[in-house]
Amino acid sequence: MKKFSRFLSVILAAAMIVSMVGCGSTEEKGSADTFRLGGIGPVTGGAAIYGQAVKNATQLAVDEINAAGGVNGYKLELNFQDDEHDPEKALNAYNVIKDWGAKILLGCVTSTPSIAVSEKTKEDNMLQLTPSGTAADCTKYDNAFRVCFSDPNQGKESAKYIGENGLATKVAVIYDSSDVYSSGIFEAFAKEAENYSFEIVSAEAFTAESKTDFSVQLQKAKDAAADMVFLPIYYQESSLILTQAANMGYAPKWFSCDGMDGILGGVENFDTSLAEGVMLLSPFASNSTDELTQKFVANYKEKFGDIPNQFAADAYDGVYAIKAAIEKTGVTPDMSTSDICNKLKVALTEISIDGVTAKGLTWDANGEPSKAPMVLMIENGEYTIL
Amino acid sequence: MSFVQFLISGISLGSVYALIALGYTMVYGIAKMLNFAHGDVIMVGGFTTYTICSTMGLHPVIGVLMAVAVCTLLGVIIERIAYKPLRKASSPLAVLITAIGVSYLLQNLALLIFGADSKAFTSVISLEDVALAGGQLIITGETIVTIVCCIVIMIGLTLFINKTKAGQAMLAVSEDKGAAQLMGINVNATIALTFAIGSALAAIAGILLCSTYPSLTPYTGSMPGIKAFVAAVFGGIGSIPGALIGGILLGVIEILSKAYISSQLSDAIVFAVLIIVLLVKPTGLLGKNIQEKV
Repeated sequence: MKKFSRFLSVILAAAMIVSMVGCGSTEEKGSADTFRLGGIGPVTGGAAIYGQAVKNATQLAVDEINAAGGVNGYKLELNFQDDEHDPEKALNAYNVIKDWGAKILLGCVTSTPSIAVSEKTKEDNMLQLTPSGTAADCTKYDNAFRVCFSDPNQGKESAKYIGENGLATKVAVIYDSSDVYSSGIFEAFAKEAENYSFEIVSAEAFTAESKTDFSVQLQKAKDAAADMVFLPIYYQESSLILTQAANMGYAPKWFSCDGMDGILGGVENFDTSLAEGVMLLSPFASNSTDELTQKFVANYKEKFGDIPNQFAADAYDGVYAIKAAIEKTGVTPDMSTSDICNKLKVALTEISIDGVTAKGLTWDANGEPSKAPMVLMIENGEYTIL
Repeated sequence: MSFVQFLISGISLGSVYALIALGYTMVYGIAKMLNFAHGDVIMVGGFTTYTICSTMGLHPVIGVLMAVAVCTLLGVIIERIAYKPLRKASSPLAVLITAIGVSYLLQNLALLIFGADSKAFTSVISLEDVALAGGQLIITGETIVTIVCCIVIMIGLTLFINKTKAGQAMLAVSEDKGAAQLMGINVNATIALTFAIGSALAAIAGILLCSTYPSLTPYTGSMPGIKAFVAAVFGGIGSIPGALIGGILLGVIEILSKAYISSQLSDAIVFAVLIIVLLVKPTGLLGKNIQEKV
């Protein structure tokens, strides 16, 4: 028995040495000539449609950059981990990419995991650029930036657009009070609406526990004679609202934010003619005539057989923003994560890039992007730019 | 006028709860176990009909019949594999936890097969909506069918339990399993039959739920399942007319509190009402107060 345990300890010691060697070698491997970029997002689960798009677009951008000679002569390498839209799994994913040697993080895709991971990136002082985390708290630390609009910004821009274009006089709002995205937009919308001539005649909430029956919310909007209903919610609930409104013979104008992106094709078997005329605020339109966008859409479609959504577009711009910042500062892959972060976070506020979500995209020190929003309208089953 | 419309919406929502609650209460009344997977059997029923009617394009009647067949089979299999071996377990908690496990298993299997994207369910009901008061009030065909189904099923179940041999056997099993066995009743077969009927009801409830609120995801059944469980307790669990009354009342309270008090607090109000009812009448509205003999 004693012999056996000695044998076992030798094996264990050997295993430890091997694994340490393993660690060292992954740390060293390629680190002199490649920038290791970590990505985190929900590739499976309920938000998979977002994570998959970000993963594909990030890979597309990395491949394009490498094919064109890399960044300052260094190649980019991507390791994308799944977080299933779960903050705990996101933290595990972060540890995985850190062990792998990532020095910059593109992620997370959704807000809650992004906020959880930002606590860690703050600790490690790693640059974090979330393509699509919209909640205000995603960028509360100075090392965190985002490509998309924040929730408050979307609410503000929506109110501005409705007010400036005189789209409605009486607006009803149906929002999800149990969701930070939805209530964040609603609050900013209500505040900004005070500056314009339209009036919010009813603001009705629903929660994650009761999101099938909207008869009361719609009836109240109808009774208040609202000529527009603002839906700062996701497309799944929106599809139900549009169906129920049609059943009760209520046909107001509909205005929504980026959560509505997906109403065409996102709900299997949904009668998309009900969505005709719906307006939505979006940073990206895949049928734009812009040359860069067309190239991006064509390449994405060729590689993944799918039309990219706005999440893909945000991620694509995110990678190019990192590239621009690296080029400006001249950081090298052998520098420490923290040194890279300190340089890049300053550079990001100084650069301006032309991406697929905006021209002349810039950032402020709070990590917020500055870009003009686009309003799309659904016409003949397609998103059309207004 | 909008009050009447809210009332109609409430009855419409409540009749769906009532239909689900009938299955809950039936299984609880006979087998004395809470089948938390009931809500997910509903979801399976919805997906079966969706696959047959929308994906394969067959007639809704075939969809409904297949959903009933699939759910009945599923109910019997779940009972045989997951619940029966635990029937003699020392703690009734064991089977309760298993039921929760089965519920997650069904949800995740559906997630694997059908994905997380929600699907728009095409209503299987072709009955026209009824417009009253010059089009101001609309009662949908789905609501009418759901209410009729509830009443027919309630009467049918009551007759079945009181008038047939199999029904009498169920009553005997619910009173005392051991004594029933001594009287020559096949307890296992009786409980299996209970689950078969309960799951067939779940299939019908699923189809009507999805026809009324046309959105189908792997989680479609879970929240209505819990609300229906509350409805069953509210009406007196084990009581078949109680499930109907409990369900309708729950739906009406939910919609009216959403309309006149707060759309955010409606669930809190529903549960507060439940607590008050249980404080005043611990067995629920129509529950029987049976003294445990020691």
